[in-house]
Amino acid sequence: MNDKPHLDEEALTELQDVMEDEFDVLIETYLKDSSDRIRHLRSAIDTSDADAFAKAAHSFKGSSVNIGAPRLGALCLKAEEAGKGNRLNEAVEVVDAIESEFQCVEQTLKRFIA
Amino acid sequence: MTGENHALRILIADDSDSDRLILKTLMKRLGHQVRAAANGSEAVAIFADYQADIVLLDVLMPIMDGITAARKIKDMAGEEWVPVIFLTSLTDSSALARCLDAGGDDFLTKPYNKVIIQAKLGAFNRMRQMHQTLSQQRDLISERNRQLLEEQQLAKRVFDNIAHTGCLDADNIRSHVSPLSIFNGDILFACPRPAGGMHVLIGDFTGHGLPAAIGALPIAEIFYGMTSMGFSGSDVLREINDKSGRILPTGMFCCAAMIQADFQLNQLRIWNGGLPDGVLFRKGGGRDLVISRHLPLGVLNASRFDAAMDVFHTSAGDTLLMMTDGVLEAENEEAERFGEDRLKHALDVAPDAEAPIDTLLGAIRSFTGEQSGQDDLTLVSLEMVVASQFHEAAERLPQSALKGPAQWYCVYEVRDDTLAQFSPLPLLLHICMEVPGLRRKSADIYTLLSELYTNALEHGVLDLSSDLKTSPDGFSYYYSERERRLENVTGHFIRFALTHSTTLNGGQLTITCEDSGRGFDHGRQFAPESPVDSDSSEAKYSGRGLLLMQKLGHSLCYSEYGSRAEIVYDWALATKQPGVGHE
Repeated sequence: MNDKPHLDEEALTELQDVMEDEFDVLIETYLKDSSDRIRHLRSAIDTSDADAFAKAAHSFKGSSVNIGAPRLGALCLKAEEAGKGNRLNEAVEVVDAIESEFQCVEQTLKRFIA
Repeated sequence: MTGENHALRILIADDSDSDRLILKTLMKRLGHQVRAAANGSEAVAIFADYQADIVLLDVLMPIMDGITAARKIKDMAGEEWVPVIFLTSLTDSSALARCLDAGGDDFLTKPYNKVIIQAKLGAFNRMRQMHQTLSQQRDLISERNRQLLEEQQLAKRVFDNIAHTGCLDADNIRSHVSPLSIFNGDILFACPRPAGGMHVLIGDFTGHGLPAAIGALPIAEIFYGMTSMGFSGSDVLREINDKSGRILPTGMFCCAAMIQADFQLNQLRIWNGGLPDGVLFRKGGGRDLVISRHLPLGVLNASRFDAAMDVFHTSAGDTLLMMTDGVLEAENEEAERFGEDRLKHALDVAPDAEAPIDTLLGAIRSFTGEQSGQDDLTLVSLEMVVASQFHEAAERLPQSALKGPAQWYCVYEVRDDTLAQFSPLPLLLHICMEVPGLRRKSADIYTLLSELYTNALEHGVLDLSSDLKTSPDGFSYYYSERERRLENVTGHFIRFALTHSTTLNGGQLTITCEDSGRGFDHGRQFAPESPVDSDSSEAKYSGRGLLLMQKLGHSLCYSEYGSRAEIVYDWALATKQPGVGHE
């Protein structure tokens, strides 16, 4: 259902080039932010706040796309659309997919900064 | 232009820490100064004391979104243009369009692309600099304009002192002069004549602004100076034309009309050179057109200039309306011109009781839709009045022979090629006009001087026979021969001697005119086939000069075989002072 790569190697190389010494900081920042966002998504489901859910998914999408994680970005877009369409019943399944994709991305990124 | 390489002050707002970090680092690597905010509200606060050159705002942010922040920042920037670029992962085009509607200048989509960001920053910086340059130039222009207006105000005060409006405030004159521009090139002067009546000069210089205003100054001086001294309208025109021709650059001239109103004779003499047709409204109904028969002032040289004025016999209550081109050229919003047809129609349908100048101004304003005060029109209307009602001005001028020079003698001789180039007549007239009592007789004196001079030059110095002028063919031959011989004048002179003395009730002016020619048979000039009172018949071109002089001058005699003429002119103080018996 999602044929985008886990990580865009080319984008990551360019980021490494731009960020130089701060690349590690960037990755750590992204990983920490993303954990927060997944928590936000879950709590939005708990409180049935579709709007907050959509906004959190939107931000998560932006930062994932920027860091070079297109498959995660695409999942976030799906979550954002569910939130906008007030279809939180679909949300749990999408957030589970996001979380497992994030774990995959996290492991790979950690190898980049190791 | 190396706008791209110039360090810019950049403000970034993005709630995503990682995105903000990427963008901030990217900008720093490009050599710019960066301040970053995590939401719109922080961005606005930073902008208040950080004069950012370019602002990058995420659209969706907590606390204050990017669109609201953009509005506030644009407001705070005031006249300065601060480009706002929205950062967005929005994908649908209507959402992107909304960003631009909200005052954004462009957007950057995630993921960020270094090359595109660099190019956009460069482009916006160039636009920003261009905007700055434009603003500075606009400020400079408006400052210059303010200075210019100030100078014009000052110059206008000087201008008004020289080119004052004279007696335009007389009861029988109404006028409208464009207040739009201080120097729009239009002139309107009026001056009472010492012998009663008045002169009005209305005109329109080619060109506007300072050159036109400068051209108007000598014209005003001549008009007021010569009119006050009693010169006729034709004399004033000749002098103005001559002066204009000499001082104005090629291509610059003055369309004008000179009006000489005589309330004693109930007569208007009008010279129209290039102005739209004037209209003379008869009191009992009916209109006469005063059409342009001449080239504008400053075009022809003195020898070709025709200062003859059209004569209109009038009655009290007749009103003359003259105008400049601005009337016909007045445009409405569709850039149509008011034109002659609309002018005629407006006058045709005007109610009888309405003053023509009001009719016309009203018609123009309803045509152009402009408020008064924004037009480029000059109009004057002059009503013929009963002579006794127009006396104040004439009374101001001294009539006594005892004031000014009374007993004097002078000789003035013009020699050789100067005879071909220079007319001594204005100068001689000027000398005579120093005698206050003679000012009312300027037309007589001018006629005498010019007849004597013409005879001396043409029949004496140039040895032309007046017989030639008895046929139309001979007439033109006469003048071509005159031109030819004038070019080869050597060893000749014309000498005027003027003697003035006072008498009991006036004075006596004796004019002698000698020339170096071999004389002419003045006896033949009095032939009976040359009647005095015909001034239209084509058959009688010659001879009447002498009879006219005889009629004006109280004695005329020739000596030295016709090469010396002497005429005695007696004048008396007016027995009936203008305005006497009218309090």
